[in-house]
Amino acid sequence: MISVSNAVVRYPGARDNALDGASFEARPGCVTAVVGPNGSGKSTVVRTLIGQVELASGSMRVGTVDVARADRRALARTLAVVTQREELTFSLPVRDYVMLGRYPHHGAWSTLGPADATLVDAAAARTGAAELMDRRTDELSGGEWQRVRLARALAQGGDVLVLDEPGTFLDVAHEMALFELLDALARGGRTVLLVSHQLNLVARFAAHIVLLDHGRVVAAGSPADVMRGEVLEPVYHWPLVISRDPAVGAPVLVPLRRR
Amino acid sequence: MSVSRWLLLAVALVAACAAGLALGPVPIVLGDVMRALIGAGEPQTIAIVRDLRLSRVVLAMITGAGLGMSGAALQGTLRNALAEPYLLGVSGGAAVGAVLAVVAGLTAALALPVAAFAGAACAVLLVLLVARAARGRADPRILLMAGVVVGAFANAAIMVLLAGAAEGTVRSALWWMMGSVAGADWVTIRWLTLYALGGGVALVAVARDIDLLALGEDAAAGLGVHVAAATRRIFLLAALLAAVTVAGAGLVGFVGLIVPALARALGVRRAREVLLASAVLGAALVVGADVVARTVRAPAELPLGAVTALIGVPFFLVRLRRVS
Repeated sequence: MISVSNAVVRYPGARDNALDGASFEARPGCVTAVVGPNGSGKSTVVRTLIGQVELASGSMRVGTVDVARADRRALARTLAVVTQREELTFSLPVRDYVMLGRYPHHGAWSTLGPADATLVDAAAARTGAAELMDRRTDELSGGEWQRVRLARALAQGGDVLVLDEPGTFLDVAHEMALFELLDALARGGRTVLLVSHQLNLVARFAAHIVLLDHGRVVAAGSPADVMRGEVLEPVYHWPLVISRDPAVGAPVLVPLRRR
Repeated sequence: MSVSRWLLLAVALVAACAAGLALGPVPIVLGDVMRALIGAGEPQTIAIVRDLRLSRVVLAMITGAGLGMSGAALQGTLRNALAEPYLLGVSGGAAVGAVLAVVAGLTAALALPVAAFAGAACAVLLVLLVARAARGRADPRILLMAGVVVGAFANAAIMVLLAGAAEGTVRSALWWMMGSVAGADWVTIRWLTLYALGGGVALVAVARDIDLLALGEDAAAGLGVHVAAATRRIFLLAALLAAVTVAGAGLVGFVGLIVPALARALGVRRAREVLLASAVLGAALVVGADVVARTVRAPAELPLGAVTALIGVPFFLVRLRRVS
């Protein structure tokens, strides 16, 4: 579970707060999505969770642990993050890369053992990356790379998963497969927090949507609550209509052409 | 990496050391070298092997190992295949620190590496500030430009500082700027070994942080690395190792660039192994380069840094093409 309470973040030299008193929760058992326009504070939420940005006030908790005071390595055993971009300057064998997910469980001199290898294999099997393990990271397609990165996050062994724009660079089939997998992981009891631009995709997979604008939560609730023209238009400053997914009835947003 | 490849590295180092002891203005056959090492044989041979060549070989090993490890650490942490202490101006900063100490009369074997370290640490800070101001820390070429500028400034500073110094009391500007392992004394070597070992072991201890930082700062943070503290620690250790080599041998360029790349080409991937392989390969490379420096135009000696630059510059150009 992730609890964000009155979080305020201000970047040095910035005029406005990147997060301006945002409060929301992500519960285990379902996918929670944080959405909002560019610069609304979505990525700041992720960067604060991993300790790269400091809170000016308020708090963020993972379970009962306050991330501002947490031991980073202990926290990484509970919270795994798939960041927006990751390009390796020096390529690695995929197995070695997924193995990096086990580092938070080891000190400087302890060696990774068969138990770690078993967990790594299980994580790779879960994300469909098992057959990629003998390849190298620079040989993977965009979809394969995302699956391998997710396997690394699962290998960390925690029950809280945060993903920043996981669908970027993926075609429709890979994107759907990834989101189905995230949904299955959430149903298995994990807390899954998704930061995304893709409102339509999010509306079909997330049980709970948090809409950020200028660092504030302007709407939160089920997709039906948030995916409404009168909620979204003032935030995105663009005319739009809401339609329905013919299969599951989820709301679908259609931005209109300007005439 | 497989055991056979580690053996290969060890053999390369032993071969370089054997060449280092046997070759020179007076060639000595290996059997006599071995006898001389244990104090047997002709007194003249013993003197050449033990007093002249062994100290050179040991200093060259420390220099190569230190530069190799420093380069490996900088490349991983900065995610930059072109990073190395000489090109980033870190060695130049160390040389200014050391020359300042010498000019001020602080020539103790204990103090020189400390002064060099202070200079190297300042240079690291300066390079990162320049690169950050240009918003180019992510661009390997901008970082390099910042390093080259700091390095050029350091060279100018060395010239100015040594121009007024009395002849004979200090080593020449050429010695500092082109590097040499000639004339090393054992007291100095002992201190350098101590500093280099300390820095090397500490770097190996933080090797996992280097592995994770190589994924990018946010990814490393998500895997439990305290990014700012870990980066600072690694840069300071890389600066320390570079400073030790500069205090002992002046500016020797490109070793930190070539050696980690060779290690990776051998199939080494994890930072701990890259560091260790770079230490062994670096030692072998600099011992070998020193053999070249004192044999190709014997009895005249080439500067050691000139030899490594002649190997390193073409290598750099090939890497630059790949990075851009």
